[in-house]
Amino acid sequence: MITKEHSFLREGYSKRRRRMVIVTMGLLLLTLILSITMLLYGNTRYSVDTVVHVLLGKDIKGATFAIGSVRLPRMLIGLLVGMAFGMAGNTFQTILRNPLASPDIIGVTSGASVAAVYCILMLKLSGNIVSIVSLVAGIAVAILIYLLSGRGSFSGGRLILVGIGMQAMLSSVISFLLLRANQYDVAGAMRWLSGSLNGAQMKNVPRLVYVVLGIGSILLILTRHLHILELGEEYAIALGLNTNQTRVILIVCSVFLVAFATAVTGPIAFVAFLAGPIAKKLIGAGNPSVIAAALVGASLVLGADLIGQFAFSTRFPVGVITGIVGAPYLIILLISMNKRGVA
Amino acid sequence: MIQHEYQAKAVVTGYDKKIILNGIDVTIPSNKISVIIGANACGKSTLLKTFARLMKASSGDIVLDQKKISSIPSKQLAKVLGLLPQTPIVPEGIKVADLVMRGRFPHQTAFKGMTKKDFDAVEEALQIMGITELADRHVDELSGGQRQRVWIAMALAQQTDILLLDEPTTYLDITHQVEILDLLTDLNRKRGTTIVMVLHDINLSARYADYMFALKNGNLVSEGAPEEVITEELIKNVFDLACTVIKDPISGTPFIVPKGRHHVEKAV
Repeated sequence: MITKEHSFLREGYSKRRRRMVIVTMGLLLLTLILSITMLLYGNTRYSVDTVVHVLLGKDIKGATFAIGSVRLPRMLIGLLVGMAFGMAGNTFQTILRNPLASPDIIGVTSGASVAAVYCILMLKLSGNIVSIVSLVAGIAVAILIYLLSGRGSFSGGRLILVGIGMQAMLSSVISFLLLRANQYDVAGAMRWLSGSLNGAQMKNVPRLVYVVLGIGSILLILTRHLHILELGEEYAIALGLNTNQTRVILIVCSVFLVAFATAVTGPIAFVAFLAGPIAKKLIGAGNPSVIAAALVGASLVLGADLIGQFAFSTRFPVGVITGIVGAPYLIILLISMNKRGVA
Repeated sequence: MIQHEYQAKAVVTGYDKKIILNGIDVTIPSNKISVIIGANACGKSTLLKTFARLMKASSGDIVLDQKKISSIPSKQLAKVLGLLPQTPIVPEGIKVADLVMRGRFPHQTAFKGMTKKDFDAVEEALQIMGITELADRHVDELSGGQRQRVWIAMALAQQTDILLLDEPTTYLDITHQVEILDLLTDLNRKRGTTIVMVLHDINLSARYADYMFALKNGNLVSEGAPEEVITEELIKNVFDLACTVIKDPISGTPFIVPKGRHHVEKAV
C-alpha cells in the first residue's frame, strides 16, 4: 500500500521536475538561436560558415571586424545582462512575494543608474569603478527603502510603495544630472539611460561573466532557502532558516547583478520585471526558477535587440522595445492585483 | 518514544518596552498534549513563540534537554522542534506535495535532491492527514479545513518530536475543528509527539488536553490536568466570566457553560 502511494508521490515529483528540465532546455535552445542570429545578421548577412571561421580565429576581411568587434560583444553583453536582470528580478519578486517588487520598479535599478550617470557625466569615469559605485548606490537605495518602510519588514506592500516613490525621486535626480551635464555628453547618456547594447565592448565581457556565473551559482545554491523564505518569517525560522542572513545575502547578490549590468548597458526597461513571472509560468510554481529566469531574461534582451535593430526602418535601442512590451504587462498586473485586493 | 525536557525558566518577553510575559516558569510534559488558554492579549501566543525561538526572551531561558535553545543551531533545533504559525503564507501556485516537501528543509543539504527518506516522510505525513489524494492539487484551490491539514502535514514531514501549534483551529468550522484535534490526538498516541497548542475553545481544550496552562496578564495562574484547571473560580479570574462547570457528557471532562446577563433561567 505504502509503496504504491509512495510511487505516486515520486511520480508527480519527477513529472514536475521533467517539465522543468524540458522547459529549461527549450529556453536554452531559444537563447542559443537568438545568440546565433545576433552573429549572423547586421548590415551584411554572413553565412554560418563565415561566423564559425571568424570565431575560430580565422581572419576574413570585413567579417572579422563586424563579427569579432561589433556583433560578438553585442551578443555576449546582451546575453549576460539579460541573465543578470532576469535572476535579480526573480529573486526580489520571490523574497517580497510580489511581482511588482522587481528592482527596476522599486528604485534599486534607478539608484544604480544615478550613480552610473554621475560617474559617466560628471566624473568622466568608466569601467570597473562605475560598476562598484553603482553597486554601492544600489545597496544604499535598498537599505533606504528598507528603513523607510518600517523596520523588520522587508516584505509587503508598504515597501513596494516606498520603492515606487524612491524610483520617482531618483528619476528626477537623473533628469537634474542630465540638465547639468555638458550638452555634448547628454545624447550618449540618454541612449545609455534607455538601455542600449550599442556601446557593447569586449572589455566589459569578462567582468560580467564573473558576476553572472559567481552570483548565479550562489543564487542556485540558495534556491531552497529562498523557497523557505517564501513561507513567511515565522515558518522559515521554525524550519531552521536564518532568515535575516539569508535575506541580506540574496538581496546583496541581486543588487550586485543589477548594478553591474546597469553600469554596462544602462537600465534595460522591464527585463527584471518580466523574466521571473514568465519563467515561473513556464516551469510551474514551486520549481526552482533561477536558471529559467536567467534564460528568459537573456532571450528578452536578445530578442528585443534583434527587433529593435531590424524590424523598423529606424534602429531603436533594446530598452525601448522591452519598454513597449513591459509597460502593458505592468498595467495588466496592476489591474488584476487591484481586483484581487492585493498590494 | 523519545522524551524531551522542555522548559521555560523565568522567561520575560516583550516588545517596545512593553512586557508581555512576566517571568514565567513552565515545564512542558513530554509526549503529552498541552493546551495554553487565556484571554486575548494575555501572552499565550507570545509564550508559544518564545518557546519556538520566534521571539527572544529578554531575560530567562527556554531550555531543551538542559541546553538553552538560543545555543542550539537553528537547523538542528528544527529537527526536534516544529511550529505551525497562525498564518503561514501559501506561495503562489504551489502544489500540495511541493509544499509538504518544504517541511523537509532541516533534513536536507544544499546539493542533494529529495532522498528516499524525504519521500517516505512526506508520504507518511500526507497519509496521517488523509490528504494523499490531494497531493497533486494546487493549495490555493483547497478549502480551509483541507488547507490546514496540508500545513499540519508539512509540520509532520519535518518529523519533530515536539510540535507547537498557534491556534490551529481558528478559521475552521466546528466539524473541521474536531477533525483537526482528532488527527493531532492520533499523532500524539501513535508517535508520542509532544504537542503544545494555543486554543480559544475552552471546552474542546479541556477535552483534548492532557495538561493545561492558564495565563493572565503574562503570568501563569494555573496548570495541571483539565479537571484541576477548569473551575468556576479560574474562569472568573482568567476570563472575567461567570460560568458553571459541568461534566462533558461525551468525554467526562470539564465543560463550561457561561452565564451572561440574559437568558438565565434560574440561579445555579
